[in-house]
Amino acid sequence: MSSILVDAPTVLRGDIASRQSTRGSINVIETAAAWLLGILWVLPLVYALWKAFHAPEYSTRFVLSAPWTLANFINAWHAAPFARYFLNTVMLVTMVLIAQLVLVTLAAYAFARFRFPGRGLLFALVLVQLMIMPDVLIVENYRTMTLLGLKDTILAIGLPYMASAFGIFLLRQTFKTVPRELDEAARIEGCSPLQTLWKVYVPLARPTYLAYALVSVSYHWNNFLWPLIITNSVEARPVTVGLQVFSATDQGIDWSIITAATLLSTGPLLIAFLLFQRQFVQSFMRAGIR
Amino acid sequence: MTRTKEWLYGWLLLLPAMALLVLFTHYPAVANLWHSFYSTPRGSRQAVFVGVDHYRQLADDPIFWQALSNNLWYALGTIPLSIALALMMAAWVNGRIAGRSVLRLAYFTPTILPMIAVANIWLFFYTPEYGLLEQFLRLFGVPTHNWLGSQSTALPAMMVVAVWKEAGFFMIFYLAAFQSMSPHLAEAAAIEGASRWYFFRRVTFPLLMPTTLFVLVNAVINAFRLVDHVVVMTRGGPDNATALLLYYIYEIGFRFWDSAYAAALTMVLLVLLGAAALAQFLFLERRTHYQ
Repeated sequence: MSSILVDAPTVLRGDIASRQSTRGSINVIETAAAWLLGILWVLPLVYALWKAFHAPEYSTRFVLSAPWTLANFINAWHAAPFARYFLNTVMLVTMVLIAQLVLVTLAAYAFARFRFPGRGLLFALVLVQLMIMPDVLIVENYRTMTLLGLKDTILAIGLPYMASAFGIFLLRQTFKTVPRELDEAARIEGCSPLQTLWKVYVPLARPTYLAYALVSVSYHWNNFLWPLIITNSVEARPVTVGLQVFSATDQGIDWSIITAATLLSTGPLLIAFLLFQRQFVQSFMRAGIR
Repeated sequence: MTRTKEWLYGWLLLLPAMALLVLFTHYPAVANLWHSFYSTPRGSRQAVFVGVDHYRQLADDPIFWQALSNNLWYALGTIPLSIALALMMAAWVNGRIAGRSVLRLAYFTPTILPMIAVANIWLFFYTPEYGLLEQFLRLFGVPTHNWLGSQSTALPAMMVVAVWKEAGFFMIFYLAAFQSMSPHLAEAAAIEGASRWYFFRRVTFPLLMPTTLFVLVNAVINAFRLVDHVVVMTRGGPDNATALLLYYIYEIGFRFWDSAYAAALTMVLLVLLGAAALAQFLFLERRTHYQ
């Protein structure tokens, strides 16, 4: 699979014409089909954008002369403590990411370069989490958080995800590709195992870290069910839950405002995605190849 | 480094991650089984051992069976369709097509959005009378219909949302696989005069098999793991037509606060996911032999 890893960065480059020429051009019917599908795919989003940027009376009247407005966004922002929700989400994803990077790095290093009894069994135990994710263990984890007195805290949202089997697996694969000679050279220079990890392995795994970080941030920014269960105050709710609480209360809130709030809650991630599209796609790709 | 020192290093490096994994993955999975044999403690009443009572209750619970069958239909309806679409999308944006990068962006964007935002957007899309879908269908004289409100169309409507969200995600993996394929294969096939369909069927598709299996496993997990859209769009209704297994667990556990019965329901989900894990394990074994 390593050949894929090497190839991955070239995927999004448009300048690999020599390769493409062998693939045969795509005929008109297929091009039309591809575009029809593309239009269908963006339609719900375009519709949401239209609704959010127009007064309610234009929400289903699509006339070009309809005046654009930011009123829905302003109303949404004032109708719920979105600033606090955003702060919570940012704190959540930062905390989870930092904890994950540390824990995952140490564990992946152990699995990649140390021999010790029980390694195979422990690795199998780690892999269990790939299938049985914290997402489905909500009942028991809720009980644990209650016992720990962590209910309704940001820490409780993040804690079950901090030791990430996916991250350990991904990074172990990368660490294994580091030439042993580099490792040995560092040891001869007098580096301790942890110094070797920091000076040799971590710098060489930078693309994997980036890939993992993007996947992790978008996962935890978007996570919903567990935060919904474990939080019940404004101080702990991430933006996804805040949005749901806001739009589920039957106070006759205008749908244009809800749409605006929806776009607002996704805004930062969506803008980051549009700006760093290539890195995102590459990262998701890299993270998926194992 | 001496052997014992190496052992010690290995264990110590693993310790923090392992501790958290045990606490939030292994322990809950086991405790879940344990608690499913006890009653739910309520107020001053402590939990008492009830044996397999909850599993009997489960066997007689029509809503559980409906949630399970809904979930299986949901998996069956979304997985093949999103995989087929993903493959098609990847083939298109990998080839020479006008507006490649715009298309790729269009296909991939839903993946980035949170499911809850997606659900909100589609909620308006499906709105009776005013929604975009209704407006569009009215042009063709189709009578108005409450897509999420009627038994027969609610689950399929949810499936469409899931396919929309996931196909672009799976496309990425196929795109990566396409890129790793040698262009000489296509050249050779072209020289031999093989048709595109023949080439796909006999060369491309078999080569994509590992990717397809990987995507398949992910799709199965997601079909049982992701219920955010149910919470937002239908709350399992109408009349449990869109209740998926995890959503039902959420309802029992956190709306009716019957944690013991929810634990028994979770066991069913764990068994299903365990079966998927086993399938993947067997397949991974095969793949390593293959290489």
